[in-house]
Order: sequence, then C-alpha cells, then structure tokens
Amino acid sequence: MTILVLAIFLGIEVISKVPTMLHTPLMSGTNAIHGIVIVGAILVAGTADDGFTKIVGFVAVVLAAANVVGGFVVTDRMLQMFRRREPRRGPHDE
Amino acid sequence: MGRTTSDALYLVTIVTFILALRFLSSPKHARKGNWIGAAGMTLAIVVTLAHRGLGNYLLIGIAMAIGAAVGAVGARTVKMTAMPQMVALFNGVGGGAAALIALVEFHDFAGGLSTVIATSTVLSALIGSVSFSGSLVAFAKLQELVSGRPIVFRGQQVVNGLIILAAVVLGITIAAGGAEQWMIYGLVAAAFVFGIMFVLPIGGADMPVVISLLNAFTGLAASATGFVLHNNVLIVSGALVGASGTLLTLLMGKAMNRSVTNVLFGAFGQVQAGAASVRVDDGRTVRATSPDDVAVMLSYARKVIVVPGYGLAVAQAQHDVRQLAELLEEKGVEVAYAIHPVAGRMPGHMNVLLAEANVPYDQLKEMDEINPEFPQTDVALVIGANDVTNPAARADTSSPIYGMPILDVDRAASVVVMKRSMNPGFAGIDNELYLDAKTTMLFGDAKESVVKLIAAVKSL
Repeated sequence: MTILVLAIFLGIEVISKVPTMLHTPLMSGTNAIHGIVIVGAILVAGTADDGFTKIVGFVAVVLAAANVVGGFVVTDRMLQMFRRREPRRGPHDE
Repeated sequence: MGRTTSDALYLVTIVTFILALRFLSSPKHARKGNWIGAAGMTLAIVVTLAHRGLGNYLLIGIAMAIGAAVGAVGARTVKMTAMPQMVALFNGVGGGAAALIALVEFHDFAGGLSTVIATSTVLSALIGSVSFSGSLVAFAKLQELVSGRPIVFRGQQVVNGLIILAAVVLGITIAAGGAEQWMIYGLVAAAFVFGIMFVLPIGGADMPVVISLLNAFTGLAASATGFVLHNNVLIVSGALVGASGTLLTLLMGKAMNRSVTNVLFGAFGQVQAGAASVRVDDGRTVRATSPDDVAVMLSYARKVIVVPGYGLAVAQAQHDVRQLAELLEEKGVEVAYAIHPVAGRMPGHMNVLLAEANVPYDQLKEMDEINPEFPQTDVALVIGANDVTNPAARADTSSPIYGMPILDVDRAASVVVMKRSMNPGFAGIDNELYLDAKTTMLFGDAKESVVKLIAAVKSL
C-alpha cells in the first residue's frame, strides 16, 4: 500500500514536467508502460494447467504483448519526428 | 531465479519507466527515454519467464509472437492523424489482459482468497473490462465505424444504474468470499456492458479525454493485478500510469474549459444548439479573399503566425504548409506556429502532425508563449482552426465557451482565415472573429488553398 501511494505521487510529479507539445507521445508512452500486465499474463499462462486457464492465459499474453510492442513502437515513431531547426531537410523528407 | 533477485531486477524496470517519463520533458531526450522504458519492459519479461515453477513456454512464446506482430504492424502502419484511435486500441487490449488475468486467478483459487486478494481480483476484472470495452467503443467512434455523435436513448440512466448495481453486488459478494464461477463471469460481463454504455453517449470531440481516462483505468487495473499476483512491478507501474493518466485527463479538461464530469455526463452538443441560433445581425459582413491577395499580404509581412487546427490535419496539408512557411522565410518573413493545447484530436496531436511534416519543433509555440506576440504580428494565418480562436471566449460571458483559453489571433494586424465554409466548429457556435474588419476569409479545402498560395507566392 505504501508503495502504491508513493508511485502515485511520483507519477503526478513526473508528468507535470512534460510540456503540452509532448502530451500525445506521453499518452502513448504511459499506454506502453501499462503493458506491464504482460508480466501478470505470463505468470498465469505459465502456471495454467487446464484447458480453460491455458486458453484465457494465452489470450491475455497476446493482448498484453500487442499492448507492449504497439505502445513502444508507436511512441518511438512519433518521437523520432520531433527534430530541431538546424538540418533544414531531414533524411526522410518526402 | 530467486525472489530477491527478481525483485531487484523488477526495481530496475520501475526505474527505467520513471526515467522514460522523466525524459519526456524535452523532445531532445524523449526518444532515448522511450527506448530505456522498452529495455526495462524487456528485462521484466525476461525476469518473469525465469520464474521458478513456470511452464507452458511454447504456449507463451506463440502468444507473445502473435501479440508482438500485431502490435508492431499496427503501430508501423497507422497514420499520424489516426493516432488517438490507435492509443485507444492498445489501451483496450491492456485492460482486456488485466481482466483475463483476474478470471484465471479466480478460476484457480476461488474461495481460498483472502479479502484483500479477492477485492483486488474484483477491481482488476471490473476496471480492466470497462477499459477494454470502453476503449473499443472509443476506437470505433474515432475510426467512424460508429457515429461520433453522442448516442443517447431513453431509459439509459436506468439501464446504467441496473448494470452498476449488478456489478457492485457481485463485486461485494466475491470480495466477501463468494466463490461461484458465474459470479466473476457476471461481473466481467456487467463491466463490459457498462464500458460500452459509458462511452457511447460521449461525443467524438471529447473522446481524447475519455481515452486518457481509460488509460488511467488500465493503469489501475494493472496495479490491482499486481496485488492479486503479489507483484510489485505491476503495482508500481500501474499506479504510475493511473496517476499520470488522471492528471492528464484533468489538464485536458482545463484546456477545453470543461470539467471532467461535464465531459463524461453532459452531452455538450445538445446544450449548444440554443446558443448557436442567436446571431447578432449588426450589418457586419464576412469578406472573402483570393489566394493572390493573401500571397501578397504574406510575402510583404515581417511576421506571420500560422494557427493550425484539425481542418489542416484532415486535409493532410501539413507538408504544404511547411513548404509555404519555408518560402516565406526565404523572403525574410519571420514564421512561427501557434499551437493551442487542444489543437488536433488530442493534446499535443498537432505537434506530432507538424513534426511529421518536418516542421522543426522550436518553431512550434505554445499558447502562453505566443499570445503576447500577436500584437506585433502582421498576419495571423488561421488554417482549419475555429473555436480556439473565438474572441467570444474572452469577452462574451454568455458564450458557452466563455473562459476557455484561446489564441489571441484577433490582436494581430490582420487575420486570414482558411476554412471550408462558414459552418461552426465543434462547439457549434459562430465565431465573432470572422466578422472582424481586419479578417478576410479564404474559402476552400485547406490543402488546395495552401497549394494555390504556394504557387501565388512563387510567382510574385
């Protein structure tokens, strides 16, 4: 319980320093972080011993893995686009 | 792997997540932060796989491969304008996973759970399920698979009340030691339906607020799962996301001048209908202009501020706008972009869209920074933005958007508004700005207009 409260405070503290400019990546970044449920999904899938728990555990791992990978990749795609003025034309210019 | 070792490594993961968020305070380091977070996540997965007594590795491997492939392909192919839906979707699957974990745990240990664990299981199932179905509806609305308008029907309140009642009764029964399997299914089903009912009545414009809230929900669901499984990394990371999601939701509400309760429970569009019909007819008229005239204005200006809105994103005109800005800069005009906190479809969305078009981020100015610059600006070029430039928010106490922070474009020496038609924006109200004597309107599709402008500027 103590850690829960500490984590909440820390979350508020860290987020309040993020500029509006980066709020969309922030949303998708935190989105990727709650993909940590994959840890729980692996634990239940790994200890499943009957058909029902295996199937449900399997689906849980699929969903959580999509959350993790999708979340981080999409955040990275957004962040790589933010660049400064100096290089007038980036290498990926269309 | 022993408990102490895995706990220590999980702690490393938590630290990487905090760093990832911390690095998001500047676009310079943000990308690195994201990678650090991803590395931490990988570490947590490896540590978990090394847990003693774990089996079914083939099953887990296949599941992870499928999930990762789907996630990666989705994330790589999504258009930047569709980002809000994508976030909603990834959020939903995370919530779904949390609900399923609760299902399995209950299936295995029903009856033998302590009150704390049973309560956490209930919360994980409940919140995860609401987040799952709610996010799917949000996705469908933003993707326009379902109408973006608020969907309301008679007796909705009653139905919602009954569903909540059912969920609460079931939840309390389980927490108190109820061990029948159907109870948890009933709980998940009720929460699932509630998620749908909760998001359906909310309009498309408010969806980002909802997504942010659901994001916080999924975080809390993950945290509850952590209590169920005695896993600190889940508890802490979930709480981190829960807290940040909640804060972000409140910030968004503030930028839109709405309380979060109002977004969730008041159908905004309906309130507006009355206000919109009141039109002051004082003889002022809207003046239309041509691309050539605007090109001259822009080319001989000292300072131009571009105010992009969602209309620009819809027309996919970001690249053309950047080209126009570069042309003007070559002529010695100072160009900046004024970004309203809720420009685009979610906070910061416009920044992402402009960054995609290679607009350097130091040219993007936030509202508080740019507003004092409007009085020294020759031309404010408003492209597809409406409500965020409406001076009524400052002056007209009877206006429904009164008090909303706006971009002070009306303080520039002249204003050019590029817009499809005179239709009002999201808030459904007329914009005083268009009747102002120093405002001219350039009607048409944003992309076509900008292309014409570029040609006109070049030929000068």
